[in-house]
Amino acid sequence: MRNIFLFIRRYFVFISFLVFQFIALWMLFTYNRFHTAAYLSVASEVTGHINTQYDKVDDYFHLREENKRVHHMNDSLLNLLHFNFYISDTSKKLVIDSTKYDTLVKFRRYLWREAKVVNNSVASEKNYLQINRGAAQGIKENMAVVNSDGAAVGVVVNTSENFSEVMSLLHIQSRVTASLKKTGDYGTLEWDAQSPYFITLRGISKNIDVKRGDTVVTSMYSYNFPPGLMVGTIANINSDPATGFYDLKVRTAAKFNSIQQVFVIENLQREEQMKLEKDTEKKIEQEKRTTR
Amino acid sequence: MSDLIRNIFRLIIFILVQAFVLNKIPHLHRFIVPYLYYLFILWLPFSTPRFALLAIGFVTGLALDYFTMTPGLHTAACVLIAYVRPFIINVLTPKEFTEFNYREPSPRGMGWAPYTVYVLILTLLHHTYLVFLEWLDFGTFLSFLIKVISTTAISMLLILTVELLFPRRLKYRTNTV
Repeated sequence: MRNIFLFIRRYFVFISFLVFQFIALWMLFTYNRFHTAAYLSVASEVTGHINTQYDKVDDYFHLREENKRVHHMNDSLLNLLHFNFYISDTSKKLVIDSTKYDTLVKFRRYLWREAKVVNNSVASEKNYLQINRGAAQGIKENMAVVNSDGAAVGVVVNTSENFSEVMSLLHIQSRVTASLKKTGDYGTLEWDAQSPYFITLRGISKNIDVKRGDTVVTSMYSYNFPPGLMVGTIANINSDPATGFYDLKVRTAAKFNSIQQVFVIENLQREEQMKLEKDTEKKIEQEKRTTR
Repeated sequence: MSDLIRNIFRLIIFILVQAFVLNKIPHLHRFIVPYLYYLFILWLPFSTPRFALLAIGFVTGLALDYFTMTPGLHTAACVLIAYVRPFIINVLTPKEFTEFNYREPSPRGMGWAPYTVYVLILTLLHHTYLVFLEWLDFGTFLSFLIKVISTTAISMLLILTVELLFPRRLKYRTNTV
């Protein structure tokens, strides 16, 4: 027993070195798998406040672009207003819905919340954005994030009280389903950590006619993203000789360098969908067992 | 200003500069990330106990990690260089002096050549370990090598520039405290 204490005292520094290393590596590897780290929510409250201060200055450098984007968005929305349309058929009459508010809350599928990006990176292999809305404002994990233009940006992976972390599409672990606007065929968006302007769309089979400049939108099979939101345009078509699929380079519609205002989109039916999926799996498993 | 307060200020400045200047500037190439923050560990006084060095290394790395959202990555590298630091200093100390004349490692106190070697070894160690951990879940061996070499080169350039631009006013170590 005495020898053990002597040993510990003699190698105290080395042992504490090993302990510190172990803690660090444990944090690193658990975080990579689950994206929730020890004390992260406490820490991101602090970093969030510092990032907000920095962002106040940084904002001025992107005002012009952001303004243009918002104007563009307003333009497309104004065009949808009913007074733009003239009804020529007199047998029909225009009925304006008298319910001013959405009373059919049950049938609403997507809820949009605005948020402000306070920290952003494009330079590493794992890029995150920090936004100034958190659990207290109703942000939950797995909500989709789009920029002020309505172009896909990423998915919320972690929330604290007033801030949340968004895994950008520019993250080597990011997997988002997207489809070709023209044909509706869907594949998976990945990033190869090469350039912040391009992401890769995999899983589109080679018998589909794809051209450069084709639009890629979010898929209707996604649990997070509403269907039909802009992702980007195809910049380069490579066919993977090993498989029957294309390897499409997509130029992202969102300019990741200068994202300021974003929308966080909640799929209100997500839990129900996930529950159904899980229940189905369970049911099939049980049936397999009983028939055996 | 006491050592403690001075070093707390240094830590804050180094972390903020790393997180908001060096990580934000558009990179020349995706391999090159300019790292400077670990210079804080290299500048700690000679008299820092070894356990305290490890603890400070841990805190430094963790502080940056929470800004870059990579908990554990920089922490592991910082703890490693904090552990190795005393050995390197022992090797590079001129044998005829039993005590250091200055409080912290600096080019003026140690001489330019030993100081550069000291910085180079720890920089290489820090970057190799850091890039190795990144490489474990992503990348090829070639990109690993290029990344280690290029980040080390740019870090050395930054550190030497900092040493030339901000010469630290060093107090001579005296018996009258």
